[in-house]
Amino acid sequence: MRFAACLLGLCVVLQGSVSAAPRIEQWHTENSVRTLFVAAPELPMLDIGVTFDAGSGRDAHLPGLSLLTHSLLNTGTRELDADAIAEKFEDVGAEFGTGVKLDRSSISLRSLTDDALLEQALSTYIAVITQPVFPEKDFQRLRNQALTAIKDEQQRPGSIASKAFYRALYGDHPYAQPVSGDESSIQALTLEDVREFHGQYLVAENAVIAIVGGIDTGRARQISERIASSLPRGIRPEPIAPPVPRFPAQDLYIPYPSRQSHVYIGQLGVARGDPDYFTLYTGNYILGGGGFSSRLMKTVRVELGLSYSVYSYFFPLKSSGPYILGLQTHVDQAQQALDVSLETVEAFIRDGPGEEELELAKKSIIGGFPLRIDSNRDILGYLSMIAYYGLPLDYLESFSGRIAAVTLADIREAFGRRLHGNQMVRVVVGGPNKE
Amino acid sequence: MAVVVWFRDHTLSCLCDAHFNTRTPAQVMSVIRLLLGLAFICNAYAGMDGTHEKTLDNGLKIIVKEDHRAPVVVSQVWYRVGSAQEHNGITGVSHLLEHMMFKGTEKYPADQFTSTLAEIGARDNAFTSRDYTAYYQLMGSPHLEVSFRLESDRMVNLVLTQEDFISERNVVKEERRWRTDDNPNAQVYEQLHATAFVSSPYHHPVIGWMDDLDHLELGDLETWYRRWYAPNNATLVVVGDVEPDAVFALADEHFGALANRPVRESKPRLEFLQTGPRRVTVKAVAKLPYLMLGYKVPSLANARQDWEPYALSVLSGVLDGGRSARLSKRLVREMELVASAGAGYNMLARYPTLFLFEATPAVDHSAEEVEQALYAQIGELQETLVSDRELARVKAQVIAGEVYQQDQIRGQAGLIGRLEAAGLGWRLMHEYRERIDAVTAEQVQEVARVYLVEEGLTVGILEPQSEPVRAGEAAPSAGPQTLY
Repeated sequence: MRFAACLLGLCVVLQGSVSAAPRIEQWHTENSVRTLFVAAPELPMLDIGVTFDAGSGRDAHLPGLSLLTHSLLNTGTRELDADAIAEKFEDVGAEFGTGVKLDRSSISLRSLTDDALLEQALSTYIAVITQPVFPEKDFQRLRNQALTAIKDEQQRPGSIASKAFYRALYGDHPYAQPVSGDESSIQALTLEDVREFHGQYLVAENAVIAIVGGIDTGRARQISERIASSLPRGIRPEPIAPPVPRFPAQDLYIPYPSRQSHVYIGQLGVARGDPDYFTLYTGNYILGGGGFSSRLMKTVRVELGLSYSVYSYFFPLKSSGPYILGLQTHVDQAQQALDVSLETVEAFIRDGPGEEELELAKKSIIGGFPLRIDSNRDILGYLSMIAYYGLPLDYLESFSGRIAAVTLADIREAFGRRLHGNQMVRVVVGGPNKE
Repeated sequence: MAVVVWFRDHTLSCLCDAHFNTRTPAQVMSVIRLLLGLAFICNAYAGMDGTHEKTLDNGLKIIVKEDHRAPVVVSQVWYRVGSAQEHNGITGVSHLLEHMMFKGTEKYPADQFTSTLAEIGARDNAFTSRDYTAYYQLMGSPHLEVSFRLESDRMVNLVLTQEDFISERNVVKEERRWRTDDNPNAQVYEQLHATAFVSSPYHHPVIGWMDDLDHLELGDLETWYRRWYAPNNATLVVVGDVEPDAVFALADEHFGALANRPVRESKPRLEFLQTGPRRVTVKAVAKLPYLMLGYKVPSLANARQDWEPYALSVLSGVLDGGRSARLSKRLVREMELVASAGAGYNMLARYPTLFLFEATPAVDHSAEEVEQALYAQIGELQETLVSDRELARVKAQVIAGEVYQQDQIRGQAGLIGRLEAAGLGWRLMHEYRERIDAVTAEQVQEVARVYLVEEGLTVGILEPQSEPVRAGEAAPSAGPQTLY
């Protein structure tokens, strides 16, 4: 969770010794699907990701619908059943995957670039995205699996806490609902709902494509055209309305017979593309994002030995994503850990970072940039993000400059304006029933 | 919930048998993930180009693999010590020492260690498993010198203080609660190993028993550090945008002056021959039943016939090499008996190990039903040869996996390190594809017949409870008490 958030948040280009960002090529397919491509000729492999504005934020009154729809894609096409689809991919060593987040869903393929192998993988991939038949039998089976997955989350106090946190923070907003759904919505879902969701959201108007690997631009263009032209045009859905802060912030305790309490504290944070983002990212790096250099880690773990992991991050989404602080500690220490963490956050909001802390954070973020784009898989992730959120093509190249430009005053101002310790949701899960 | 998602996960945390990242706990590692990480081994072999080896006069072995795709480098120091070198009473000492290795030296106190790496934007962490303890930094390739400077210093100059020790022990106890005590499936994994292995040190968990953690002392860590941390008990692995000769020279400059010391190996404590099935039931707070089977098998380091581990690896691919493999196709889709199932095997374990199965039953099915279904699958493997198509598919996945593996320098370094830690040598990776390719259907059947038998079987079953089981709890032992 923490890594995922950091990766989503970060891209830098550097100063001095290290290299520049990869050269990104961009085009629109004939039916206007934005495509980003990076040639990586060193290895005979290819990664493709198609991203749709079809995350769980589009589930509406049926939480879990997007996830179930995506997990059903590879259970049947007009010509192939689930077994045959799996064999088509795996006979050629290809890897197929789907992922659903709050804003977006992604459908990915990794294959060797050998013509025959790639052709089999690619044609299966396109069929699975564009012509799924959603067999009744597989629908029932995956619905049962979804129920099992929800039970699995219910036996993990960390998951219980995370879900309660999003609910408390977002109330009626779509981001309040868990990606996995809940028991009643999964039971209420029908095959018709799945077909409708697929028909409405997995369309060209709602898609972007990212490609990284050992092919040339011409071949990448062909591939993007093949994928895009197989998608119905469709309609771009309306943006999700921004969430409204809820007052007073909820303070929740949920008993659970675990040894540790899981603590989540937070507030509405920032939207992707917000001009404050780089300031908040850099500030939070000092507060809770920069590993052992961060104030939270130094206080809660190193000095007090209260938790194995403690962190905070801004999770930028299309609408305001959350600011989240998380930790786990023995149930008897939960209050202490919560108090100390909040004090640390409040002191940071009030006083901001020191000059040396800021300099170190900048060096660390900028110096670490090459590590974020050192594999095809990492680059694919950035291309998908840039394309989906409509970020400028020079996003990677301009990032280090924007980090370098952040000042102490910027951080104090932005944190002071946005974060307030007394307006933060607090969730503690784990510990005895209280009277 | 799909098994395949984990199988496809190309991350370092998949590469090791029960290893823990000290510094940055990114995600809860489920037992499912752990297990499939073992299965993933068959995909984990890198290509053979551009790997070079040198040993310094003091015995430090250095292995460098060139990868010039990006201006980055990973540097890892692997010590040949893990929980398998520990004995009862001090379990967890290797892992706790790994945490303490971040507490600094005279030259680089903890704060300065951290800020020195932060200044160059390095990512660093460490992990401990049964067979090894390893420390790494990922950084821009011009900064490799920083890694060598810090690692050579803490190889011999670590300052261990009582204050740091007490605080870090609490952190590790929190880690244990988080990973195991509050994770019912992890409890099954832990107790299955404790049941399957009696005289072997694979009996105890890497993180240590809670009561042992409570009674570890600073002196135990000092002793452990002096016994195992020496250049001649370490391997330095460097993968990335570097020139081997320059790396060797730089390593000599930083590590060359460290004195080698005789390292006293642990007693072998070979597991005695198991001659009948064992069973352990875990009653823990949970919502879902869960099942694991462990069969005693050899690893590469101790196989009587050297093709056997490769045949077992192919066998794990036939069962669990993706969605087309038998467990997914039959148990998940055809019979709808399980929500997820996996099988896996760590052929790089230093000592004889387990071939593991695990499963979460589907709605309305019991762990016992699933157990019988797994036996039926094993029975079929013993009776009937696997098809040519299945064999070909597993081999195709291995070939593709070798290419995909090269997308990440961390994975490449991890493989070299584990081959060295197992005492096999990194050159074995050159043979891997060929050896897998040579496995026949008859050999797969043979290992199923010889090893997947009830004489060597241990079954672990989770029986979900709504309240914690307290019956039979003894008073805590004297000395510092665990907060339970």
